[in-house]
Amino acid sequence: MRQIAFYGKGGIGKSTTSQNTIAGLADTQRIMIVGCDPKADSTRLMLHSKAQTTILHLAAERGAVEDLEIEEVLLTGYKGVKCVESGGPEPGVGCAGRGIITAINFLEEEGAYEDLDFVSYDVLGDVVCGGFAMPIREGKAQEIYIVVSGEMMAMYAANNIARGILKYAHSGGVRLGGLICNSRNVDQEVELIEALAEKLGTQMIHFVPRDNIVQHAELRRMTVIEYAPDSKQAEEYRTLARKIEENRNLVIPTPISMDELEELLVEFGLLGGDEEYEKAVAADQAAGKVLTNV
Amino acid sequence: MTDTVDNTQNIPAPEPGKIQDHFDLFQNDEYQDLFAYKRQFEGAHSSNKVAEVAEWTKSWDYREKNFAREALTVNPAKACQPLGSLFVASGFEGTLPYSHGSQGCVAYFRTHLTRNYKEPFQAVSSSMTEDAAVFGGLNNMKQGLENAYTLYKPKMIALCTTCMAEVIGDDLGGFVATAKNEGHIPQELPVPWAHTPSFVGSHITGYDNMLKAILKTLTKDKKAETTNGKFNFNLGFDPYVGNIRELKRILGLFGIDYTILSDNSDTFDSPNTGEFKMYNGLTTLEETADSINAEGTFFFQTYTTPKTQELIAKDWEQKTYNFRPFGIKGTDEFLMNLSAITGKPIPQELQQERGRAVDALTDSQAWIHGKRIALYGDPDHVFNLTQFLLETGAEPVHIVVTNSNEEFEAEIRELLTNSPYGQEATVWGKKDLWHLRSLLFTEPVDLLIGNSYGKYLWRDTHTPLVRIGYPIFDRHHMHRYPTLGYQGAINLFNWIINTILDELDRQTIVPAKTDISFDLIR
Repeated sequence: MRQIAFYGKGGIGKSTTSQNTIAGLADTQRIMIVGCDPKADSTRLMLHSKAQTTILHLAAERGAVEDLEIEEVLLTGYKGVKCVESGGPEPGVGCAGRGIITAINFLEEEGAYEDLDFVSYDVLGDVVCGGFAMPIREGKAQEIYIVVSGEMMAMYAANNIARGILKYAHSGGVRLGGLICNSRNVDQEVELIEALAEKLGTQMIHFVPRDNIVQHAELRRMTVIEYAPDSKQAEEYRTLARKIEENRNLVIPTPISMDELEELLVEFGLLGGDEEYEKAVAADQAAGKVLTNV
Repeated sequence: MTDTVDNTQNIPAPEPGKIQDHFDLFQNDEYQDLFAYKRQFEGAHSSNKVAEVAEWTKSWDYREKNFAREALTVNPAKACQPLGSLFVASGFEGTLPYSHGSQGCVAYFRTHLTRNYKEPFQAVSSSMTEDAAVFGGLNNMKQGLENAYTLYKPKMIALCTTCMAEVIGDDLGGFVATAKNEGHIPQELPVPWAHTPSFVGSHITGYDNMLKAILKTLTKDKKAETTNGKFNFNLGFDPYVGNIRELKRILGLFGIDYTILSDNSDTFDSPNTGEFKMYNGLTTLEETADSINAEGTFFFQTYTTPKTQELIAKDWEQKTYNFRPFGIKGTDEFLMNLSAITGKPIPQELQQERGRAVDALTDSQAWIHGKRIALYGDPDHVFNLTQFLLETGAEPVHIVVTNSNEEFEAEIRELLTNSPYGQEATVWGKKDLWHLRSLLFTEPVDLLIGNSYGKYLWRDTHTPLVRIGYPIFDRHHMHRYPTLGYQGAINLFNWIINTILDELDRQTIVPAKTDISFDLIR
């Protein structure tokens, strides 16, 4: 059984990318998706539903996670893919990170991991605390794919996730499988992400172009592979799925410092350098715009 | 379970009525054989190797490694915040201490107090479990407050937190208000609450946080135009119930009207009348509410109560006094100032007690003069002991305070510098008992003063131990005696000097070898 996880900045398209990839794999593989995001949108395209009942939602209703049955939360979606969502507490209370740990422990105890070829974790945003690192701890996901685009904050998050992987790489054996570029049509995006991948010691495993057909499929709560199996975009996802299936390039990442990251962004013109900064400030002063700390 | 090897068959069943205690039981051949047999599965080192490493841990080489420790604490001489919170809360009338966290936490605090005082101690918890950690503890708190109020009918619930509730960021004030608004407990029930994460500070921090919360809650809108003529007294985290009683006796002799802020002397030493009494806190809620109108508040533990003192000085605009009525000098200062502040003369009886205490000190002076001492404990406790030891001519050498702070260290260094007997002393702030073990091996002393955990140091280093502090689990009744005032000085001295004399007898006990001075008279 291979366990993989998708990480990346919030809103980058992790859930869309991961579900389309899983749909591409599902012809030949037995797969379970574990959504580790309180907003529980990691399985909607597989289940054709708004949002499935989450482990923690039911646990909150019943009072304890021990009162749940696995059948209530483990549903079967497109092409027999098993789907489960951890869910989370209400905003502002409790601990979402602990919620992920609780949910995954529940799945393990209930035998959800049996008879599978692939487990895919879809994890919210950054590795902000120990709970969000749960899928890469203790011999769970062994391969991490970071969904990224050529935008500054997405790359910043990717580097942070690499730091999280590095932390557990020596104790738990987790490896970085590559960056998936989910295009935002930024200039020189391929070159930029390939440069970042090189710095992180990994590969850009695939470049997923932007295509409106993804939105059309999402509107129908479907993956592109199901909605438009013959489309060019569906082929892109199948290619990504095949690349992941065949991927042997698993590395311990080499995260970079903030300075290095900024240099990279300056090099590709996403950020101005120190010179430009000073020039801009000087121009403001000349124009009489003085920054005051009031 | 039929497939496991039965190793118990060689051990005969004990005869009824002749059950051996475990001290003896495990010395029997059956158990000794079992232990020897077990070793092969334990991957244990040879006893030679163990002895060799044990010997090395006594060296300067090991001491340097030990003191280079950065991330690890071994046997800290402190407990955690909620313990202090529960301790102080239990001194108020009809008050149920409530720990917002798991049952395990409150069970620890209760056993800790019970083992020291050999008294039952009542406190409840929110029984938080994993689900509460994920979803927040509001539901547990609502149910917990309702159950606790319905079952135990307290007049006040004093609420503190534990690590779990703090890490997930539970909003205590909001929770209490919600519980009241939804009718789980009456609006008028006082529920002071304090954030007391165990991973910050120590039991004295928790003491301060809870006391401040209680005073703030109970004195709200109680400030009157004039004072009530009384004085408040706070002893801090003082484990000796005898001290509260001694203080009350002294104040009685003076004829001073007082309020003890948290009188838990009966909580930890209630009379056995054959009937269980749930609440034994002696400070009434009414008195506490009126404490805001007192002439002033006396504190005996400066470093335990910074936040409470700030509340009283700034919000209450009341005078605060810090005194240390321990030993001769400390008691002198307290009594003289108490007399000056209240305008009442020092009672004749106390003057005579002073004479007796000084007399006691001089009687034994020859035996304690120049004795090298190691001691550890809370900042104020250690300060008082050090000052007393210097008065007796003993020489403090190693002073370990795990929950130390800079102001304390500056104050005690000044005390030591100004005494001829303090010149050898080093104050080891933020160090633990494993550090102290290295100190005792490399720079031996004549006497160790500390709590029950000191017995491991006594076992390893053979330094005689005087049990003064908290907790004392393995000796009984110590807490009933005062250590405060002149009477307390005599008690402290009694414990110290007679340990020295006991040790002397032990060292001269071998007939025809060391018993040359096995004297009847010392």
